[in-house]
Amino acid sequence: MESNLLSAFRLAALPVETNAFRAEVRTFLEQNLEPVPPDVRARSWMGFNAVFSKKLAARGWVGATLPRQYGGANLDAFSRFVLVEELLAAGAPVSAHWIADRQSGPLILKFGTEAQRRFYLPRICAAEAFFCIGMSEPNTGSDLASVGTRATRCEGGWRLNGSKIWTTNAHHSHYVIALVRSSGEPESRQNGLSQFIVDLSLPGVSVRPIRDLAGDAHFSAVFFDDVLLTNDALVGAEGSGWAQVNAELAFERSGPERVLSSIVVLEYWITCLRRGSQAATHAATIGRFATHLTALRNMSIAVTAKLAKGESPVVEAALIKDIGTEFEQTIPAVIESAIAMNPDDPVDPDLYRAVAYVSRIAPIYSLRGGTREILRGIVARGLGLR
Amino acid sequence: MFTEAIEDILKDHCKPATVRAIEAGGSCAPLWQALETTGFLELLASEADGGAQLPLGDLFPILCTFGRYATPVPAAQTIAARALLPSHAIPAGMITLATALRREAGGIISCPLTPYGMIADFVLARDADALLLLPGTSARRQHTGVHLSQTAALSWSNENGGTRIPGVGAALPAFAAALYAALISGAMTRVFEMTLEHCNDRVQFGKSLGKFQAVQHQLSVMAEHTAASSIAAEHAFHTDRVVPSLLAAAMAKSRTSEAAALVAAIAHALHGAIGITEEYDLQLLTRRLHEWRVAHGSEAHWNLLIGHDVLASDMSLVDFVRSV
Repeated sequence: MESNLLSAFRLAALPVETNAFRAEVRTFLEQNLEPVPPDVRARSWMGFNAVFSKKLAARGWVGATLPRQYGGANLDAFSRFVLVEELLAAGAPVSAHWIADRQSGPLILKFGTEAQRRFYLPRICAAEAFFCIGMSEPNTGSDLASVGTRATRCEGGWRLNGSKIWTTNAHHSHYVIALVRSSGEPESRQNGLSQFIVDLSLPGVSVRPIRDLAGDAHFSAVFFDDVLLTNDALVGAEGSGWAQVNAELAFERSGPERVLSSIVVLEYWITCLRRGSQAATHAATIGRFATHLTALRNMSIAVTAKLAKGESPVVEAALIKDIGTEFEQTIPAVIESAIAMNPDDPVDPDLYRAVAYVSRIAPIYSLRGGTREILRGIVARGLGLR
Repeated sequence: MFTEAIEDILKDHCKPATVRAIEAGGSCAPLWQALETTGFLELLASEADGGAQLPLGDLFPILCTFGRYATPVPAAQTIAARALLPSHAIPAGMITLATALRREAGGIISCPLTPYGMIADFVLARDADALLLLPGTSARRQHTGVHLSQTAALSWSNENGGTRIPGVGAALPAFAAALYAALISGAMTRVFEMTLEHCNDRVQFGKSLGKFQAVQHQLSVMAEHTAASSIAAEHAFHTDRVVPSLLAAAMAKSRTSEAAALVAAIAHALHGAIGITEEYDLQLLTRRLHEWRVAHGSEAHWNLLIGHDVLASDMSLVDFVRSV
C-alpha cells in the first residue's frame, strides 16, 4: 500500500488561462519595477517598498484572492501561484503587503466577523493596511504553545500585556495579529490561546526594530503595556487561536516563496556565466539547480491544486518547505564557492554583493514559518509516527 | 486498471523468492510468459497493430510497479523497445536497452554494462541516428562480476545479425532515461514504505524506533526526496507524444538518481544490520537503486546536458523550467 502522504504529490498543471494572466503580470512588472542592482532585488520578499505595494494594489493584485465585495480580485489559487512566481522571479519588493496578502487577509476572511471583514479587507487590498504577525516571544520560539503574552477581560474589552519578538515589519505595519493567552495557564498549552488584531498606534504599544547581520532591520520587538483592546479586536473564537494559526501556516508554507528565495542571485550568476568564460565549468551545477527547481515547482503546483480544491494540505506544505528551503540555502553556498574557484578570475561586483547578502541571510529561510526540526516533526506526524 | 492488473501478475509471479531464484540463474520463463500472454508488452503499440495505444502518462504507474517489485526481467525495457521499433522489426522475446554502443577493431560491436544483459534475447542500441537491434543468441556475454547482478557486457564479432532502423536513434536515450527514472521511483517508494514499517515495528529502549525524533527526521527527509523523485519521474511521461522529451527525461533521471543513493543510505541506516542481509528483502530493491542510478547516465551525466541547455538559451531559469 502506498503511503498517503507520498501519493499526494501527483503532477498537476496550471490551467491554461493562467498564461494570459502571467503575461499581464509581466507587463505590469516591466512598467513598474525600478531597475535596481541584484543584491537589492535579492531581498525579494524582505524588500519593503510601500510605493510599489500601492501600485500593485491599484492594479488589483494585493489581497488578490479575496472576494470582490471586499476589494479583492477573487483570484484562484493557481493565479496566485503565478502572481507570486512572477513577483519573486523579478525580485519585486513585496514585503510591505506580503503578510496581509498571504496570511492576515485570508485569516480575517475565514475567521473574522462580517464587520471585521468590511473594515480590514478593503484596506488590505488597497495596500493601506500593512500587517505583521506576532507569534514568537523572548521565551517562545519553536515551542509556540508556550506564549506568555496575556489578554485579560476588562470593561469594554481586553487588556493586553507582554511582548512579541522577531515580528517581521512591525515597525512599518499598521496592525499586528498576535497569538496570546486569553485564559488558562502556560501549562494549558494549546488551549486558551486566541488571536487579536492590535492597532500598533494604540497607547501602550511600542516597537523596537532589530538590526540584522546584513544591515537591514526587517524584524522588531513589540511591547504591549496595558494596551486596551475593544471586543472587536478578537479574531475568530476565543480559545481557538492555535487551530487558526495552524490553518494560516498552511498558506505560508507551500507557495513558490518557499522555493524562490534565492532565485535572483541564481539568475544573476547564470547571466554572468553566459557572458564569461566559465560556463562549461559550472554547467553541471546549473543543470542540477534546474532539475531541483523543476521538481520543487511541480510539488508546489501539486499542493496549490489541493488548496484550489479547498483542502488544507498542512503536512504536504511542511514537506515542501523543508526541502524547498534546503534548495534555497544550497544556492548561495554553491555560488560562494564557485566565484572563488580561481582567485585570478575577476568576480562581478554585483554578483559578489548579491551572493554575500544571500549567504548571510539564508539561515532565516529555515527559521521563518517553522524550523526544519518543527517541519520534520509535522511530516513525521503525517506519516503516523507521532 | 492496467496497473492493478500488472500488480496482480507480479504479486503471483514476481515474489521476492522468484526474484532471488532468477537472479541466481533460475528460469525467468514463467514470469516472462505471464507478462507476455496477457498482452502487456503491447501496451504502447497502436490499436491497428493490436496494442492498447496507451498514452505515456498511463504507462508511468505501470513502470513504477515494475520497480516496486524489483522485476528481474526487462519488461519495462521490452515495452519501450517495442514502441521504438517499427512493427515488422519487433522480435518475440525479452529486449533490453543498451546504455552505449561501441565499435572496436575488426568490426567488433560491444555494448558495455547492459542492464539485463545476462538474460535478454535482444539488445536494442542507439547507433548515431539509427537504432540497431542485436540478437542475444550470437552475443558473447560477459558478467560484470557483481554478486547477483544481471548486468553484462555484450559483444558481437560483426553486425551482420543486427537489424538497423534508421532515423529514430535519438529517441532511445530519452525513453531509457525516463523509464529508469520510473523504475527508481517505484523501487524508492517501496524502500520508503519498508523502512517506515520497520521503524514502527522494531522496539529499542522500550519504544518503537519511529518514536525517536532523530529517526522521525530521517524518515521525513526520505519522504521529501522520494516525493520529489516521483514527481520528477512523472513529469517525463506527461506528454502527448510517443517518446518522452529529452529534457524532461534528463531531469527525471537526474533527480531520481541523486535521490536513489540518499534514500538507499537512509533505508539501510534505519534498518540496521538486518537490511544488509541476503535473506531480508530490502537489498533486492537497494541493489537495484544503485544499479539503475548508474544505468543510462547518472545525475552527473544528465546535469551537464541540462546545464548546457540552460546556458545556451536566453531564457531566465524560471522560464526555462516552465518550458520543460
